[in-house]
Amino acid sequence: MEKEKTDMANQLPKVPVVIVGMGWAGGIIASELTKQGTKVVGLERGKVRSTEDYFMAHDELRYAQRYEMMQDLSKDTVTVRNNEKQTALPYRSHGSFLLGDGLGGAGSHWNGQSLRFLPYDFEIRSQTIKRYGEQKIPADMQLQDWGITYDQLEPYFTQYEYMAGISGDPDLEPPMVGKRSKPFPTPPMKKTESMKMFEEAAKKLGYHPYNMPSANLSEQYKNPDGIERAACQYCAFCERFGCEYGAKADPVVTVIPVAQKTGNLEIRTHSNVTKVIHTNGKATGVVYVDTITGEEFEQPADVVILTSYLFNNVKLLLNSKLGKPYDPKTGTGVVGKNYCYQVNAGATGFFDDKEFSTFMGAGALGIEADDFNGDNFDHTNEKFLHGAGMRITQSGARPIGSNPLPKNTPSWGKEFKTANLKYANRALSIGAQGSSLPFKTNYLDVDPTYKDAYGMPLVRMTFDWTEQDKALMKFQGAKAGEIMKGMGATTVTVNDTLTNYNVVPYGSTHNTGGTVMGADPATSVVNNYLQMWDAENVFIVGASNFAHNSGYNPTATVGALSYRAAEGIAKYLKQPVKLV
Amino acid sequence: MPNYRGGTFVSELNKQAQDNSRRAFLKTSGAALGGVVVGGVFGKMLGGGSRNAVVPAAPEHQAAADYNQALMFFNQEQFQVAQAAAERIFPKDEQGPGAMELGVAYFIDHQMASPWGYNGKDYMSGPFEKGVPTQGYQSRLTRNQIITIGMQGLQDYSKQKYQKNFFELTPEQQDETLKAFEKGDGIKLPGTTPQEFFSLFRTFTIEGVYADPMYGGNKDMAGWKMRSFPGNQGNYTEHIEKTGLVKIAPQSLHDHMSH
Repeated sequence: MEKEKTDMANQLPKVPVVIVGMGWAGGIIASELTKQGTKVVGLERGKVRSTEDYFMAHDELRYAQRYEMMQDLSKDTVTVRNNEKQTALPYRSHGSFLLGDGLGGAGSHWNGQSLRFLPYDFEIRSQTIKRYGEQKIPADMQLQDWGITYDQLEPYFTQYEYMAGISGDPDLEPPMVGKRSKPFPTPPMKKTESMKMFEEAAKKLGYHPYNMPSANLSEQYKNPDGIERAACQYCAFCERFGCEYGAKADPVVTVIPVAQKTGNLEIRTHSNVTKVIHTNGKATGVVYVDTITGEEFEQPADVVILTSYLFNNVKLLLNSKLGKPYDPKTGTGVVGKNYCYQVNAGATGFFDDKEFSTFMGAGALGIEADDFNGDNFDHTNEKFLHGAGMRITQSGARPIGSNPLPKNTPSWGKEFKTANLKYANRALSIGAQGSSLPFKTNYLDVDPTYKDAYGMPLVRMTFDWTEQDKALMKFQGAKAGEIMKGMGATTVTVNDTLTNYNVVPYGSTHNTGGTVMGADPATSVVNNYLQMWDAENVFIVGASNFAHNSGYNPTATVGALSYRAAEGIAKYLKQPVKLV
Repeated sequence: MPNYRGGTFVSELNKQAQDNSRRAFLKTSGAALGGVVVGGVFGKMLGGGSRNAVVPAAPEHQAAADYNQALMFFNQEQFQVAQAAAERIFPKDEQGPGAMELGVAYFIDHQMASPWGYNGKDYMSGPFEKGVPTQGYQSRLTRNQIITIGMQGLQDYSKQKYQKNFFELTPEQQDETLKAFEKGDGIKLPGTTPQEFFSLFRTFTIEGVYADPMYGGNKDMAGWKMRSFPGNQGNYTEHIEKTGLVKIAPQSLHDHMSH
């Protein structure tokens, strides 16, 4: 523990707005507010980033295996356990999810898969009851509406997509997805051989595949803020890497420079916020540590905006004693509630008579089908709700991370080497990115034992797979397997079984919940402007607002919520009242 | 007791050095992008080009020494154990070189001395508890301690069972020893388990076969060549829609430094 001993934090002059965390949410809000003339201080605990940092980005070991762009867990992490009977232990080394760090946050190391959540998602409880009756929802499933509809959120999705330059399929239309008010700003990405095979096999089964909306940029694009970016080069180093071309939409090459150009944004990197200070239901500012000098500062502000990754949003509230902590015994309280993740089923096909160039690609280069996502199919006879986005992606098979082997192949020795080299370019995988619905026993709270480098308690995650997840996994795995057979694979391995949630193998960095949005202060932390019920000058924005997780990547929805929040904050700055 | 027999690996080294002379480099071509503006670091540093067109460059100088091949962490005995064990995990065969020729033991040695070897970015504060497997890494030991302890275990096992160093065993005996560690087989190691050691050592070996050559393994990109992986390329736009396996001569990150 390297906490600096200071009797009193250095008091800084008050500012109108302080933002904690400069990823997508912080960047979008900073951009919108500063364009309107508001002075904003952005606190970021990591370092400055720019495309110049990625001169050596095509280094799989450094970026993908050694987590160059990820949080230094020696300073801060979470503790994990499957259930309340276990003692939670620290997530000591990166595995199941990769916490971002630095300017741009997770928005710098993402793949760019940019899909809107469904109309069903935002009204999941009422629509489920309407179609199947209330008894369809298990007693311990805390399914709830988001307090906003897809139609209300639609303009903000569009705003986000035009800012990022999302490349999408012009034929993507309802009924399986929500209606769009404007076409995608750029045409879809190119199609690889594997994408064409998936498309054909899915169509033969009667499904409706489309080219995945991508933040990688199919062509050169100038956004409404005047930011111009180059087209994707299909170099295959996206997720876990930064884009040296600036082709992948990233806060650092889109919203942050726009905010900086106004002269109204002051970014302070290496600034780790430890507390929100508040009195009588209003925040007065934040306390942070300069991680370079060890000095502690108090930054007073009229409005405090929390836009760090969900674990830290929850941690700041709990450690600041702001909001009512969730109590899993009674199901009451809200902070830490509805922690959700992602149920990933899938199928891998091995093609003995075919080789592919899977080493090429882009993070969001793929084909998606929503026939078994959301409530696009009848759940009457299923033991689960919601579904999964079925997809094939070609993000680049790199040689350390991608070594597909048929079942029962030894993991080392001569036989391993032969199979390893044989199948290096002969395997394709279909993923079914499944939703994760909220349960009473899956939540975040404060760990009683472990602390971060600044003496603050860590967040404790209690999470395990449920019967809902297991049934969803089985169903989606089988569907993925059928498509893969249709693609002509010699052998197919289906991934359709869940036991206990394990933090070791990589799963997904789509952690959600903990500060959920809603229409009722008894079941949510923020209203539909992401304004905190219990402190009207605090806004909390990010995937922590999700009341459940959908069968999609979260970023497009985080982007839309960020534009929505920016509008609310601007209103609040003019007239400081509860917006809902 | 040191078992340095210089001849064995020095002769290996010379062979590899000769292979260097056959290396060709791929160079930047501004034409491949069709005039599209390239942003970011390459736009600025390389004058707007992709690095995909094949232009063979002049061969390198004859057989320069590989100054990277020296030890940062292991002693000689540890190096020989690492070299022998890695070779059994990824052996030389008719398809191409094994871990030894690829320099994997140098890679592992260098990783032991790196922040990763010391768990530099991991949460290493106590209390340490065993937990359940789904809670992940809970060792109080660093990776380089687990590897060191595990390799000592290989030596102890070999000496007890075969009265020889691990690296002097026949390949079959080495495989038998490694299998015993992979399964556990009642072998006790202080602070770690044979399975934890084996799994970590195996991962290091695969990384050493396939990481960029600047880390000391994947000598001459031979690991990549065996699986037709082109390494560090700036642009696949021209190829992305093609059918089948497109063969492209690999290039490493060193290529960026030659501009």
